[in-house]
Amino acid sequence: MIKIAIEKKLQGSLGPMQMQLDLEIQEESFVVLSGESGSGKTSLLRILAGLESATGVIDVSDVVFQDNKSVLAPQKREIGFVFQDYALFANMSVEANLLFVNKDQTLCDELLAMTHLSALKTRLPATLSGGQKQRVALCRAMMKRPKLLLLDEPLSALDPQMRHQLQDDILALHKRFKTTTLMVSHDPSEIYRLADRVLVLSQGKVVEDGSAKAVLLHAQGSQKFSFEGELLEIIEADMIFVGVVAIGQQIVEVVMDAHEADTFSVGDRVQISTKAFSPSLSKL
Amino acid sequence: MMDLSHLELTPFILSFKLAAMTTLILFFVAMPLAWWLSQTHSRSKPFIEAVVSLPIVLPPSVLGFYILFALSVNSPFGAFIQEYFGITLVFNFTGLVIASVFYSFPFMVQPLQGGFESLNKSMLEASYIAGKSRLQTLWYVALPNIKPALLTALIVTFAHTVGEFGVVLMVGGSIPGETKVASVAIYEFVEVMDYSQAHLYSAIMLVMSFSVLLGVYLFNQRHNRRIGVQ
Repeated sequence: MIKIAIEKKLQGSLGPMQMQLDLEIQEESFVVLSGESGSGKTSLLRILAGLESATGVIDVSDVVFQDNKSVLAPQKREIGFVFQDYALFANMSVEANLLFVNKDQTLCDELLAMTHLSALKTRLPATLSGGQKQRVALCRAMMKRPKLLLLDEPLSALDPQMRHQLQDDILALHKRFKTTTLMVSHDPSEIYRLADRVLVLSQGKVVEDGSAKAVLLHAQGSQKFSFEGELLEIIEADMIFVGVVAIGQQIVEVVMDAHEADTFSVGDRVQISTKAFSPSLSKL
Repeated sequence: MMDLSHLELTPFILSFKLAAMTTLILFFVAMPLAWWLSQTHSRSKPFIEAVVSLPIVLPPSVLGFYILFALSVNSPFGAFIQEYFGITLVFNFTGLVIASVFYSFPFMVQPLQGGFESLNKSMLEASYIAGKSRLQTLWYVALPNIKPALLTALIVTFAHTVGEFGVVLMVGGSIPGETKVASVAIYEFVEVMDYSQAHLYSAIMLVMSFSVLLGVYLFNQRHNRRIGVQ
């Protein structure tokens, strides 16, 4: 069991805020941290890694990372950390990046094979693509056989296809090593594929805690489906109004009446849902 | 045609010996300070940075005067060294090395500090998380990734020491074979109006300095291409 009970004053997106967390995380689980930027997700990972200070207690499988008396240095914590910007050692080859952490050649070979990097092991990081770099970073984080793997938006800089491949790699590694994992992510499909449990943070506190399905599926009551989006434009067309809404990467048009056109304004976050008909799904 | 048979090499050898020793000493003294300055959030940082940069703005005669004063037997420090170790620190080579270390200090600290500060912070944190100490991180991760800055620091310190004049003259005087370095020798040739020797010495210094700097910039360009910096 991993127990986290910490407090810290943070500078959030809306000014100073108090981070206050009291969490228990099952061993071998995959937990995704979500929430708007500045809500304290990255700070939580950095505090767990010992890169930032906070008051309180962190206990990872009966190893006290910090309590009121002492704080364990990052060097002494059995963790792996994957940064958003890869943070590979630029002067070392792919293989040397891994062996620098731990001179375990067998583990190194296994990790590189699992992530399809064996052929690239003598290359320098500067010659790799973003996806390859992040796979190296992932392997490097596993070299200490960590008790806790911390992933700070590792896939946010990658294109959707590459992201999908990396998700497969992360899943495969999680299955093989059963490392308790905390990952920051905003991508619903990614969260759905990877997470056993989702924690949504806001202003330094957990505001939602549940399975990916429970947290992500926002349809309520008799709603058949519902999407969140941003209202981009309201167009007047004869007697009616048409609202243009961006949902993810797509733009849709929705009919609005005069009253709705008055109440909504461009830039609003909106929810589109239907109740009456059954949508049909066809392959693209 | 200039007559090269009378070319006295001792001043050049002295200049190079002085520069090599100064660079070596400064590498080990200045590097930890540059590393600390690049990583610290201490309030004392601006104060220390200002002290480190002083030799750049102070007239060499002022710096030379203070060093001369501090090292001479009239000062408590100079008297202590003289009494307990029997070493005189002024008007000899040892004094020159000490003075040069002070004089060239910022030229070693500043490029290194700039290099360390430009490093990706998460790369250093990844090394700490990998279990490496600050010293291991400095040696295996930070230094190899600032090679251009490192080379600049070493070469500029070396070249700057070869080129120093005022401080050397104040602290070392012009004792042949002991403290008469190339720049002082040129000054003396001009003083006695031996312009052909002054020309020859000056040309040698010019060509050497240019070659060294060109070498540094060529290396930096190649290195940046290799690690993918535009």
